[in-house]
Amino acid sequence: MADFEPRIVGFLCNWCTYAGADLAGTSRMQYPPNMRPIRVMCSGSVDSVYLLRALLEGADGVFIGGCHPGDCHYVSGNYKARRRMVAFKSILRSVGLDEDRVWLRWISAAEGRKFADTITAMTDELKRKGPSPFREQWDV
Amino acid sequence: MAESKLSGAALVIGGGIGGVQSALDLADAGYKVYLVERQPGIGGVMAMLDKTFPTNDCSMCILSPKLVVAARHRNIELLTLTEVLGIEGEAGDFTVRLLRRARYVNLDKCTGCGDCLAKCPVKLPNDFEGGLSERRAIYRLYAQAVPNAPMIDAKHCLKLVRDKCGACAKNCKAGAIEYGQQDEEVSVRVGAVVVAAGSQVAPTALRREYGHGRYPNVVTSLEFERILSASGPFSGHVQRPSDGRKPERIAWLQCVGSRDESVEKGYCSAMCCMYAVKEAVIAREHMGSVEPTVFYMDMRSYGKDFDRYVERAEKQYGVRLVRARVPEVREDQRTRDLVVRYASDAGAGAERFDMVVLSCGLVPPAEMVELGRRLDIKLDRFGFVAGDNWDPVASSRPGISVAGSFQSPMAIPETVTGASGAAAAVESVLAEVRGKDAVAEELPPERDVRGEAPRIGAFICHCGVNIGGVVDVPAVVEHVKTLPFVVYADENLYSCSGDTQERLKELIREHRLNRVMIASCSPRTHEPLFQATLAEAGLNPHLFAMANIRDQCSWVHMKEPEQATAKARELVSAAIARVVRQSPLPKVKLPVKKAALVLGGGIAGLTSALAIADEGFDVCLLEREAELGGQALSIFTTAEGDDVRARLKATIERTKQHSRIAVHTNVALDGIDGFVGNYRTTFHVRGADKPMEYEHGVVVVATGAEYRQPTEYQYGASDCVITQRQLEEMVEAYRRNPKTERPGSVVMIQCVGSREPKRPWCSRICCAEAVKNAIALKELNPETEVHVLYRDIRTYGLREEHYRRARGLGVVFIRYTPEEKPEVRVEDGRPIVTVRDPILGRRIRFRPDILALSSGIVPRAGAKELAMMLKVPLNADGFFLEAHMKLRPVDFATEGVYMAGLAHFPKFIDEAVAQARAAAGRAATVLSRDTLEAEATVAHVDRERCTACRMCETLCAYRAIEVKVVNETFGTRSAVVNEALCKGCGACAANCRCSAIDIRGFTNENICRELTALLD
Repeated sequence: MADFEPRIVGFLCNWCTYAGADLAGTSRMQYPPNMRPIRVMCSGSVDSVYLLRALLEGADGVFIGGCHPGDCHYVSGNYKARRRMVAFKSILRSVGLDEDRVWLRWISAAEGRKFADTITAMTDELKRKGPSPFREQWDV
Repeated sequence: MAESKLSGAALVIGGGIGGVQSALDLADAGYKVYLVERQPGIGGVMAMLDKTFPTNDCSMCILSPKLVVAARHRNIELLTLTEVLGIEGEAGDFTVRLLRRARYVNLDKCTGCGDCLAKCPVKLPNDFEGGLSERRAIYRLYAQAVPNAPMIDAKHCLKLVRDKCGACAKNCKAGAIEYGQQDEEVSVRVGAVVVAAGSQVAPTALRREYGHGRYPNVVTSLEFERILSASGPFSGHVQRPSDGRKPERIAWLQCVGSRDESVEKGYCSAMCCMYAVKEAVIAREHMGSVEPTVFYMDMRSYGKDFDRYVERAEKQYGVRLVRARVPEVREDQRTRDLVVRYASDAGAGAERFDMVVLSCGLVPPAEMVELGRRLDIKLDRFGFVAGDNWDPVASSRPGISVAGSFQSPMAIPETVTGASGAAAAVESVLAEVRGKDAVAEELPPERDVRGEAPRIGAFICHCGVNIGGVVDVPAVVEHVKTLPFVVYADENLYSCSGDTQERLKELIREHRLNRVMIASCSPRTHEPLFQATLAEAGLNPHLFAMANIRDQCSWVHMKEPEQATAKARELVSAAIARVVRQSPLPKVKLPVKKAALVLGGGIAGLTSALAIADEGFDVCLLEREAELGGQALSIFTTAEGDDVRARLKATIERTKQHSRIAVHTNVALDGIDGFVGNYRTTFHVRGADKPMEYEHGVVVVATGAEYRQPTEYQYGASDCVITQRQLEEMVEAYRRNPKTERPGSVVMIQCVGSREPKRPWCSRICCAEAVKNAIALKELNPETEVHVLYRDIRTYGLREEHYRRARGLGVVFIRYTPEEKPEVRVEDGRPIVTVRDPILGRRIRFRPDILALSSGIVPRAGAKELAMMLKVPLNADGFFLEAHMKLRPVDFATEGVYMAGLAHFPKFIDEAVAQARAAAGRAATVLSRDTLEAEATVAHVDRERCTACRMCETLCAYRAIEVKVVNETFGTRSAVVNEALCKGCGACAANCRCSAIDIRGFTNENICRELTALLD
């Protein structure tokens, strides 16, 4: 398991977390290359279908990054993301899937360090957890 | 029509946030702008700040998009390293002589890659970082500087001084270094000028006893901003300059170079209290172990939400506020700790700190005084322009307007407000030549790519060595060639450089490319540039995708080149998967009704109406009362001595007579419908049956606020207990009739009903109003005893002069605390006031002839209904809420709606006038256009799938989607998107249970294709 490299898909909101990820870059903060970013306009636009699909297609984890509460560029998109996440996690639980494979975090445009630390932490945790059971099934 | 002799161009001096705002407003309203900045990059002081109060927004994050837009604007010519030598002519026709200093770097060739910086052998202290870090002889002002090209410091460059070295030229692959450049003098012809040249922080030499420069752990507030900043000298780690140790006890000393007549800086710098508290909060956020202490004289948190911020700082962040004077700071030479001696009400004390931050005020630098001379405009004794209350953005020379802290000490929102106001002033001079010198956008006709199979051109960028040094670019090119529909693939050294853009256009034509994918840096910074290039090549700009293989790949996986290359491959695959299915998005053009509706006929409304009309647009002004004038009707003079009534009367007359303004009084609003460019308002005049209708492109909300009737301190129980406003009336009566009997003694109580749990805001004007009346009483009769009972005297900015004058005239100020408020009872019709004097340490009793209560300003009762009608927000206190506290202080988040005056927050006449003019400046950016382009990436409903469940309606924060009958015959209902209102956030799409909604450019299908490509 030590060599396991988890695959993470990240949905980053254009205004905060994507900008924070860019800042981590301009500040040359290093983090593991396991996360693949997808830019979305708002964390509130991340359909549960995307999350499910990512897991079904073999992602070991899914990350969603949005603006801090109160900071949403679109007034309240991040609150919508938060509510949807609660529902989505309960679905994951009910089908017996580890809900901690899906992370929702608030990272602002100024928080390059937090972005790098969060991705590092998520990668480490998924390494501990091992490959997603979905992926194993698929590999059969 | 004869061609006007006026110039259609404007000059903006100063590239800080004020100058940039003026330049953008003018350029967006149809003028050519020369934006002149002395430094090598724009951004000014705001670029140096870490966070901004009261929202703790990251300063650079909110500023830099504005800088990029300004630099790229086709009607803004950015002249950095340039200063003004002189100006001749008059309003409408000035000739300005400019000195352009050599940068030694060709701006057209430089790609900003930064390869030259590291190779320069000369190390110098970095002034931008307060000398806390080093820079080279070739350097960038700051990492994100605009323009991003470095400059060579000619005084220290070995090549320029001794003709040795040349390392930067050798390492510049773009060939941008030009040692032979010379300074040159140029002149430009403009119709009007905005001076937003800013000020500088007060030199610490004004308080040598605090040891800045001698003690390494004493830093200025601006240096501390850099220490807090992630891009600063310590990468955001708070540490002591002397030994790098983490400081725990940090002290802020207020009023350095402010409120100090002994060094001829008698004014208050208006922002230091707030920034000190902010720095204390942020330091504490960085490290929970920090114990911040702020030594202050009066806590001047007079702005919107400022008092709340200070309260949170005290209660949540443990910021200790100590009201005390600090005569000196001494250093313990062994530990480099600092001992702060202070004198407070409780007596003298001394405390040891790890670090001391000096809250330096603002002073106009010597260069500005020289600039004032060159422009031939009058400055006050401190060196500020300090304009007239009724025209605060005007200078003494017609055609030259001012904004920002060159006018008087002010923070960012007031600067931005003044800047938009100055733009409006320019437009009133140059209304007839709008569009004369501006360049209209000209694009070739768009190629119709429908029916064509995708033909993708893919470009992988090296970004000098920034990507190519880590990612194996040729391997990624080989990979992309294997992907479907890619007909052309190549690598670029710099995708963003001017020559590459030209080549891209040729390749699009040559290979009949109908899609383009560029793998380089962040779409946030570069997508607009590439999209513009596509448009210039006749392709719809949405047939484009980017893969961010620099900021989110090569720069963050520098030690894992193989994995970085693998990630770059996947990111490129995803971008290709996405671009294959991108379709051309239509440009939705909406016509603009070139007229404005102004709600409210007080000073703010009248000024807005006049300014918009002077810009050349029609205005309809609606006032609910029978009479125009608003709150100003009950003011007689300003502290500066203006006759308010006379000036108000003149303003009302001019408004009524203006050919472009229609005025209706006694009006009730019935409804406002529509969106930016296309509003329709219905109203009726009370008493008349006939409803009226007005079509307009923008709305200015200037509906004012109300004076609160006090309920405290026995108001109403005696004729001798009156409001501050009634006192002003009395003073006016004494003035007019010298024989009237005058009161022998007056007591005033401040903060009556303000800064209370129920009304937690500071009403901002009451201190200066009390001081004004106190001075008037003393002038009429020096024998009158005047006592002012206060919590903090908040005569910010140049108003501090009045406070000082009042004390000089013998007005006595006694501080009270909210825990121990004054007590008032009425005996024989006369008030008796007792209060504890903190200096004497005992209770004292007054039996004044008059007790005047400063009872503050409250939001208007009808504000809520209007907010609902306009779909705009109010803040928790009931004042209208701006789009952004710092950078959009007169805009609502809803486009095309602006605010001015007391409706926004309590403010003085000059501030209301500046904001009203600013609203006009902002309005012109819409009204000057014939059409507006709606956002292309908006929601789109598949009517076949929609079940009209209305979920989207509930979720939309912009009320941009609505279920309607779409087929009358069958009565079919479906969600319908109003594309003018939709912002494309995707909340509706993500929650649509039948997947009937997609966001154009971010369709479900495309995101899933991206996903699949990433996980393939």
